[in-house]
Amino acid sequence: MWNAKDIPLFPAVGAAMLRFAPLTPLSMAGAHLVKTLIRRHPSLFSRLGEQADKVFLIDPTDLPFAFRLQPHLEAPTLEAVRREDAGLWDARIGGPLAALLGLVHGVYDGDALFFSRDLVIEGDTEAVLALRNAIDNEEIDLASEIAALFGPFEHVAATPARKVSSAVGHFFGVALTRENENHA
Amino acid sequence: MSARGKKLELVCPAGTPAAFRAAIDAGAHTVYCGFNDETNARNFPGLNFSTEELATSVAYAHKKGAHALVAINTFPRAGAVELWHKRVDDAAKVGADAVILADIGLLDYASKKHPNLRLHLSVQAAAANADAISFYARAFGVKRVVLPRVLTVQEIAAVNRDIEIETEVFIFGGLCVMAEGRCSLSSYATGKSPNMNGACSPASHVEYREEDDELVSRLGGFAIHRVGAKEAAPYPTLCKGCFEAGEYKGHVFEDPSSLDAGALIPQLAEAGVTALKIEGRQRSRSYTEAVVRNFRKAVDDYAAGRPVVGGALRDLTEGQTTTAGSYRKTWR
Repeated sequence: MWNAKDIPLFPAVGAAMLRFAPLTPLSMAGAHLVKTLIRRHPSLFSRLGEQADKVFLIDPTDLPFAFRLQPHLEAPTLEAVRREDAGLWDARIGGPLAALLGLVHGVYDGDALFFSRDLVIEGDTEAVLALRNAIDNEEIDLASEIAALFGPFEHVAATPARKVSSAVGHFFGVALTRENENHA
Repeated sequence: MSARGKKLELVCPAGTPAAFRAAIDAGAHTVYCGFNDETNARNFPGLNFSTEELATSVAYAHKKGAHALVAINTFPRAGAVELWHKRVDDAAKVGADAVILADIGLLDYASKKHPNLRLHLSVQAAAANADAISFYARAFGVKRVVLPRVLTVQEIAAVNRDIEIETEVFIFGGLCVMAEGRCSLSSYATGKSPNMNGACSPASHVEYREEDDELVSRLGGFAIHRVGAKEAAPYPTLCKGCFEAGEYKGHVFEDPSSLDAGALIPQLAEAGVTALKIEGRQRSRSYTEAVVRNFRKAVDDYAAGRPVVGGALRDLTEGQTTTAGSYRKTWR
């Protein structure tokens, strides 16, 4: 049974180093990732409905930057931004990186994180709920999604991506892959 | 007669097909869900099932030896009853094991159009005594009633002595203070109510904002909570809001606390209950998996004569606190 108090924070030293890292490579990878996600999970959009046009600020509060997500069907974007450059957004979802990744992988319950104040939401609540429910239904595994970025070499990349994600995740106590779920 | 060794049926929530599979895999005997429209009382954005998703989920349940129930438990709007009729037809078509209904007209439609479709009476119907329940059984052939969360264990036992159909009671999840099926509180602030539109405090009318180290929740523009940095946050429902009334300031209607009657499983079995229901179709598959696994162990422990241990799920609950609700009426 998970406990909200157990959610680890990103190491402060790492966060300090990232403060000066260029965000362009992260934005390029993010753009590629979100396009792959949309190709592989088309039903995300039937659940998002009109909320797919909204701008979400995904804000890992233990990192020195955030992500602007616009899951638009035709032109999806996921851009790393400094908070002061985040611009206008419709909804903000903030919390430790581990909590946000855990939500994607179905490790944590979003309502419980909200009750315990580990997760903060602001702005358009309807958009936040739609995004949370759509992602929860897709049973997304980021390691598999990253492997899919390699196109025809996906099957080669899949096993190393999962092993690396699993090992790093265990070390930091963060869910970087969807383990222990095996639905027939 | 002792109920020791009785196998209680665990009825579990699913808001998405993924949560449905998670519930079955975690040990649910039965899963209940609803269509993605105003015909069910959890009509939230991104939630619920298309007809195709329901068909796939029902097939998954049956393959795993479990049952699937479909909640069509809001009250049809005048002049728009066709949507509710269609959903009853859809549920019958995909092979649902029962539909959970509240409206008398819809019960009449379902019993006549689909005489072989099992009918359960929703908690929204607020049938809380033997006469009312027996009426639904006689008139429409209802086979099970979901009892309102306003009865004590002793009252549940009294009801069961006087009726001939099964009873299902809530064992875990969110609590409402109002008599079931009669709440219009949300509509005063938003124009929408759970009984008519399927959403209490619809998300489109909810706003959260951090103000001076406090989390402020607003519903339809009205501030209903201000909680400090270390306090547990509640749902943005009026019944659990903090208000000033005279010199009193606090939760005027109800504390933001959740039901956990796990410790009362033996008493509920002794009272003649057939099934235990978990609330939470609006929650994630993580919640579903954790709660179902916990309560499946509890009902198996009870059936095997082992002690039932409860209270392990507090972190998942609203307000991070739990209560046995009206089953033990000490709060009145």
